[in-house]
Amino acid sequence: MARLTVNGQTHNIDVEPDTPLLWAIRENVGLTGTKYGCGIAQCGACTVHIDGEPVRSCSIPVSAAEGKQITTIEGLAQNGVLHKVQQAWIDHEVPQCGYCQAGMIMAVAALLKQKPRPTDAEINSEITNICRCGTFQQVREAIHAVANA
Amino acid sequence: MNMIPQIDRRSFVLGTTAVGGGFAFGLNLPFGGPEVVRAQDGSPEVNAWVVIRPDDTVVIRIARSEMGQGTLTGLCQLVAEELECDWSKVTWEYPTPGQNVARKRVWQSFSTGGSRGIRESHEYVRKGGAMAREMLLQAAANQWDVPASECIVDKGVITHKTSNRSTSYGKVAEAAAKLEPPKDVKLKDPKDWKIAGKSMKRLDTPDKVTGKQVYGFDLKLPGMVNAAVKECPVFGGKVKSFDAAKVSGMPGVKKVMKVGETGVAVVADTWWHAKTALDALPVTWDEGEHAKVSSDSIAQWFKEGLDAEQAFVGNQNGDAKGAIASAARKVEAVYFYPYQNHAPMEPMNATARYTPDKCEVWVPSQDGEASFAAVLAASGLPADKCEVYKIHLGGGFGRRGAFQDYVHQAVLIAKEMPGTPVKLLWSREEDMVQGRYHPAMQCKLVGAFDKDNNLTGLHMRLSGQSILATVRPQIVEQQKGRDPLVFQGVADSGEHAFGYTIPNLLIDHSMRNPHVPPGFWRGVNVNQNCIFLECFMDELAQAAGQDELEFRRKFLAKHPRNRGVLEAVAEKVGWGKPAPQGVHRGLAHMKAFGAYVAAAAEVSVEDNGNKIKIHRIVAATDPGYVVNPAQVDRQVAGSFVYGLSGLFLQECTVKDGRIEQTNFDSYDSMRIAHMPKVESILMPTGGTEPWGGVGEPTICVAAPAVLNAYYKATGKRIRSFPLKNHNITFA
Repeated sequence: MARLTVNGQTHNIDVEPDTPLLWAIRENVGLTGTKYGCGIAQCGACTVHIDGEPVRSCSIPVSAAEGKQITTIEGLAQNGVLHKVQQAWIDHEVPQCGYCQAGMIMAVAALLKQKPRPTDAEINSEITNICRCGTFQQVREAIHAVANA
Repeated sequence: MNMIPQIDRRSFVLGTTAVGGGFAFGLNLPFGGPEVVRAQDGSPEVNAWVVIRPDDTVVIRIARSEMGQGTLTGLCQLVAEELECDWSKVTWEYPTPGQNVARKRVWQSFSTGGSRGIRESHEYVRKGGAMAREMLLQAAANQWDVPASECIVDKGVITHKTSNRSTSYGKVAEAAAKLEPPKDVKLKDPKDWKIAGKSMKRLDTPDKVTGKQVYGFDLKLPGMVNAAVKECPVFGGKVKSFDAAKVSGMPGVKKVMKVGETGVAVVADTWWHAKTALDALPVTWDEGEHAKVSSDSIAQWFKEGLDAEQAFVGNQNGDAKGAIASAARKVEAVYFYPYQNHAPMEPMNATARYTPDKCEVWVPSQDGEASFAAVLAASGLPADKCEVYKIHLGGGFGRRGAFQDYVHQAVLIAKEMPGTPVKLLWSREEDMVQGRYHPAMQCKLVGAFDKDNNLTGLHMRLSGQSILATVRPQIVEQQKGRDPLVFQGVADSGEHAFGYTIPNLLIDHSMRNPHVPPGFWRGVNVNQNCIFLECFMDELAQAAGQDELEFRRKFLAKHPRNRGVLEAVAEKVGWGKPAPQGVHRGLAHMKAFGAYVAAAAEVSVEDNGNKIKIHRIVAATDPGYVVNPAQVDRQVAGSFVYGLSGLFLQECTVKDGRIEQTNFDSYDSMRIAHMPKVESILMPTGGTEPWGGVGEPTICVAAPAVLNAYYKATGKRIRSFPLKNHNITFA
């Protein structure tokens, strides 16, 4: 059993403590916006926030997330209003297939919280998610648009 | 005009009732009389492409698959343009493959590969929209008892000016659906387009930023179980034995089974449980005859093909061998392109539910009908007892069209658990080692010069793997052993025609097919052919001491559209003018998938040439017509990510008969830090030539433009890939 707080709601779930947080979120809590891409913390599709920090949820056990505040893509909007990063993603039409974008948005939201006006170099070092469709040009454009809004 | 669907209402109603009414979609016949075909919610179909709800919502049927390339929105724009409906009221749905079969393929092909989504279907989907418009106008005219020619429509509102009456599509759709469709309709001149040709917002964005979009990986069905699968890692091998008892007591495990002769699967309550048990399952493989094959043995075999007597000719004029024999000077080079995996972000998956009376599959597929065929084959059930429901793809890139191995597996597993939906997910590791790989290819090029430095002949000898020999053997058989697709981008005519006129030309292929399963990797064979040809054109120009653009121009007189895109990028990048300090430029162009594409790259190098900084890319695209400029720009920019990831980072090597790379740690992909600024020039020239595609063509010019710039920066000509093998990486 594990006790997880996801998007402000507490869930008691029946999992082995070494289950990756990603799969507990997807299969036990039932929120599938957070994606599996590699399972080894390479691609970033599984990025969630734990106590506000971006974390690749495929590579930490559920036991390490107990008692902490977990935010997934489903919890990013507040009171029905999209997060500014989500809105920028719509305005700049960032997603292509969209599969990696939940992780990308979570990584960018965390970056902008730390650095509201990131330089290109900061974007380069902090946003390391893989996107096979190749949306990077629009990702960068949308980040700067949020920063300059 | 022979692509128009035969909308014969009587025959398709008969056709659909004949299959027993087992398909809910679009066929709820009890509503409103037998002549009206209805969508699931009861709204009338004006025709197969257009359903209109009473609230004026327009539902456009999309047969092709959305996998990020924007085809869904583009096809909706084309239908809506002719329909003259209100774009803000447009939504869409996928007809099912089973329905298409039952209705005599009224939606024609579902195949979404070869950059064909829009270019192959634009005419008949526009006709579908135009015919629906005419029927809706006629229905309103009938209601008012006036000639239809006196009625006009704007954004779905029909008006009869003289009597000052108006109505809306939603109000007359029911009556329109009962009318005979017009025999023919005239399509608008693209100059008059208001919706098509414009950068309308994609219809599928909002759910992709909130986590709501359901991909195959995310599907949930009542009572569903999860499966993980492992195929023999040596292609062609089989399962010898496995010890199910070792894992059957592990948490959540429900079943451990063989899948066909070649794989094993674990079914569990959750996928994580299934995967954990599968990893622990002892399996012994009968690796078969290919267990000793390696990248080196393949390379040696290909190398012999570079000078082999026998080869299939793809393009020939004059006497290239004679010109080379009598040349004052020869230039020769050998290139190599590796195996590569598609690696879409969403690994392969399919969900199946089987009973002896019905087999249903939910799958992210580039070709719903290919999925359907796989369901029939694996289930053993007839077409009227099978159905496929398509889901948006988390990337496709050619892996999810012709190949439906995961559908086959899902059905075989579901057959062992009748009535229970089984979701089969591949791990990234399985996705990497069970690919359908970009074929490996070597190429020897020989150019002949006379004493005045005129190019008098060119021989391009390809040696390597054919995709079609494995995937479409009937085509290769018809061609007496030749694979015509190998010559993409250097063919003698057609959508992949060679872009130069060179005296004494020979392009041929020594076919050598290792056991590694080949596939259509975004861009397919133009990827290697454009590197071979366009890098060698630079080599020839440099050997002749000529400017690379001027040298090419001599052979472009009969290729105005190739020349057009090449000159466009050259001009914009500033070719012939001084570049910033330390920055060097390279060019490439090709006709691919019916479109003309070119790229110019600006690069600098660091660390003695071991690091490449790509400052800027200029790309030009002439696909004839552009349906959504913003989305084409995105396909163009994304093509540099796909193409340059391949150039710098990606190779699948073979050892002991299997692929060595198992995840993104050993098969990396470009990140935002490496992304150059891409300036896209869209320059559609219109005209009557078939439209070109845009999802794939630009990938092929990415690598040679950068390689040609790298040579200018360093004097080093790299001829084998990826660049990581030369310790060259992104700066």
